Amino acid sequence: MKLLSYFRGEAFQRGVHPPSQKLTAQTRIRRLPYPARVTVPLSQHIGKVPHAIVKVGQEVVRGEPIARSDDWLSVPHHAPVTGVVEFVGLRPSARGPWIESIVIRAHPGATQDDLWGQPRDLSEATSGDILQMIWDTGMVGLGGAAFPTHAKLTVPKQAKVHTLVVNGCECEPYLTCDHRVMVEQADDLITGIRYGMRATGAVRAIVGIEDNKPDALLAVRAAIERAGTVPEGEIHAELVPTKYPQGSEKMLIMALFGVEIPAGGLPVALGMVVNNVGTLAALGKLLPAGRGLTERVVTITGPGVAKPGDYIVPLGTPLRFVLDYAGAPDVDAKQIILGGPMMGQAAASLDVPITKGMSGVLVMRGDEMAAQADRKTYPCIKCAECVESCPMGLNPSTLGMLAAKREYDLMGSAYHLGECFECGCCSYVCPSNIPLVQQFRVAKQILREKAIAK
Amino acid sequence: MSIEIRSAPHIKAPRSVEMIMRHVVWSLMPICAFYIYQYGLSAFASLVVVTGSCLLTERWFTKTGTQSGDISDYSAVITGLLLALSLPPGFPLWMGAVAGFVAIALGKALFGGIGFNVFNPALVGRAFVQAAFPQAIATYTPSFLPGRFHEMVPSSMAVPFMQPADVLEWLKLKQLDALAGATPLAKWKFEGVLAGAEELVTSLSGHMAVGPSPALILVCGIYLAMRRFMDWRIPAAILGSAGLTAWILFAISPERFPNPFFMLFSGGLILGAVYMATDMATSPVTPKGMWVYGAFIGLMTVVIRYYSGLPEGVMYAILLGNAATPLIERITQPTPFGKSALARLGQVKRGASYPLHPGYISREDAGAVTPKKRFLPNKPKREDRES
Repeated sequence: MKLLSYFRGEAFQRGVHPPSQKLTAQTRIRRLPYPARVTVPLSQHIGKVPHAIVKVGQEVVRGEPIARSDDWLSVPHHAPVTGVVEFVGLRPSARGPWIESIVIRAHPGATQDDLWGQPRDLSEATSGDILQMIWDTGMVGLGGAAFPTHAKLTVPKQAKVHTLVVNGCECEPYLTCDHRVMVEQADDLITGIRYGMRATGAVRAIVGIEDNKPDALLAVRAAIERAGTVPEGEIHAELVPTKYPQGSEKMLIMALFGVEIPAGGLPVALGMVVNNVGTLAALGKLLPAGRGLTERVVTITGPGVAKPGDYIVPLGTPLRFVLDYAGAPDVDAKQIILGGPMMGQAAASLDVPITKGMSGVLVMRGDEMAAQADRKTYPCIKCAECVESCPMGLNPSTLGMLAAKREYDLMGSAYHLGECFECGCCSYVCPSNIPLVQQFRVAKQILREKAIAK
Repeated sequence: MSIEIRSAPHIKAPRSVEMIMRHVVWSLMPICAFYIYQYGLSAFASLVVVTGSCLLTERWFTKTGTQSGDISDYSAVITGLLLALSLPPGFPLWMGAVAGFVAIALGKALFGGIGFNVFNPALVGRAFVQAAFPQAIATYTPSFLPGRFHEMVPSSMAVPFMQPADVLEWLKLKQLDALAGATPLAKWKFEGVLAGAEELVTSLSGHMAVGPSPALILVCGIYLAMRRFMDWRIPAAILGSAGLTAWILFAISPERFPNPFFMLFSGGLILGAVYMATDMATSPVTPKGMWVYGAFIGLMTVVIRYYSGLPEGVMYAILLGNAATPLIERITQPTPFGKSALARLGQVKRGASYPLHPGYISREDAGAVTPKKRFLPNKPKREDRES
């Protein structure tokens, strides 16, 4: 009964309400010790892969650039620990394939303060300067997509941005890293928002927070109060209804402004840029200090973890080390999901490192995973649950049947497959247990390849 | 080393096909119990035999591999119960068994099993016996007969391929001849006798040849709709459209047509609207399509009842609706996000927290140009980047 959704005043139609399972919402962010070795994959983001600028045997200090690229859609990497480069070459990645990585052995006695960064005064910096500095921090979207932040904040020449939308929804179940960042690092967040506004030229910033995190709203509003009147413009914080996938750009803009972004368009079409709270809070800390991104907040949670919590983890820390520390020593890689349960990916092994785009490590219980894997798959009974849940207003039922018949072209042309952003709502609700999203991913990939071949 | 590929989402909603079907079966239980209370032993035997026949047929076809699914998914139980509820209580049991077999074999297995059937299997079975045994299917016995829990209606135990015992004779023996077996619909159609709405709604006034109680079916249907095991739009559209059409006709000529309440609560309209038309596999998946489908069925029911030679039209109306489902789906595909008129016109929906263009942002500044690719046009120049 989607009537209920209307009465609840939910901003966008459809979507789902998975159990929120925010086990760590009230736990303070803690710092993880440094592992003996970190592995920094060169490809941690969308875009070109940077090249290593360090050699085996070279001493590096925490915060020193170790990989860079001249390509615009790419970001540099910085040494997460002080130590010596031990190896440059192929190492397993979270996705499975082995990729170019830099392995650094940490010096046991060395200070792990960031000594590389030079604090600087940004009061005179122009929009271009700030974008360049953001690029130099190696910042990517910390919400999970890992799109280079400087590229996201760059406004195309013909367009003009008036609003910076700050995404504090965190609609994925289990994850709480953005929530805790908003509560504990609200001042950094406001600083970051101000830099974001200066970089984009926005005159207003709005933080959208799902209404299951009222404490985050209070913390952000208090920080806005503390910041007082800022020259960049006005900053607001606002609650939006809790619903998956509220954290998608389009859904958040729908909730805040009541407009649909035209299909195929970006928020910049409406004069908006959307950024994640974690990204902006990290920028607020890194930019004045002149540092690079060497650590991030990761939610380590799930029914299989003894000490769930949000941890500040040096990038490149092996999963095994993180799990040992969080109290899940003998888990199988099968139980581990990197990211949230709706869109995260299964871990290939425990030897993969924490990367920039990894917002959570979710440890499920083995028996629950097995029970789910044993669930029977039926043909589509056309119950229409997926049609009622698709936030993009597609017809996953028909798309799924077309995918089974390999009618990919028809899916793309008549059934708007390109609009699907793989949120997983259709697979989540499907009573027949059909892997709809997986079929759509395959179909989209095939359509992309066909388009390239043409 | 074994590689296991798993793809997001990693959690699933608890709802499964078995669960949906099981809930539909549970919701049918009170209706069956009331039906047995109305008609006694014959009704009970009919429910058991028809459902058993459906289950055996389903088992055989799943075992031989011609259809998907299994009897454990409860879908054949629903077919059997609905089929039995739509047949007269004194329907010869062997004919009931034939109906059950045809329902599953022709209605379901032929198309490939659960999810693939084009027509509601129960109605396929009923349509078959309607054509094959027109006499038996038109013979209703009155409800609440004395002694209904001790003896069966004689026609129930008819020997296969033999003429069933005459129910009218048997009723005469019970001195109930004034109420001989015809449904309120048939009575209205052929004799011009109109039953009262309250009698029809509860089915509690004795000695009337009616099916399961509409009020009870509606209550069970509301339960299903609340738990979202059934789409509320379809029954709402059917009843709305049938009621509206009947009301318009009644307003035009009250002498010729019965009132809309009689239309709604007589015959199998409520059972059909709540349980048969909402069969998931044979109804449209699109929300708009459900309204169209329901409205079509409601309209067809009234047309068949008023203008054809048949007293009852729900079955054929639903079968026609089933046949139209693919076409209805084609013209009622949902509008994707960002392609609606709302998005095209740049309209703002209710409940927005912030104005899209606050006073201090001029409309011209608010991005009239909409470049599709964000990062290509103004790449910083090479010398900028080396700083």
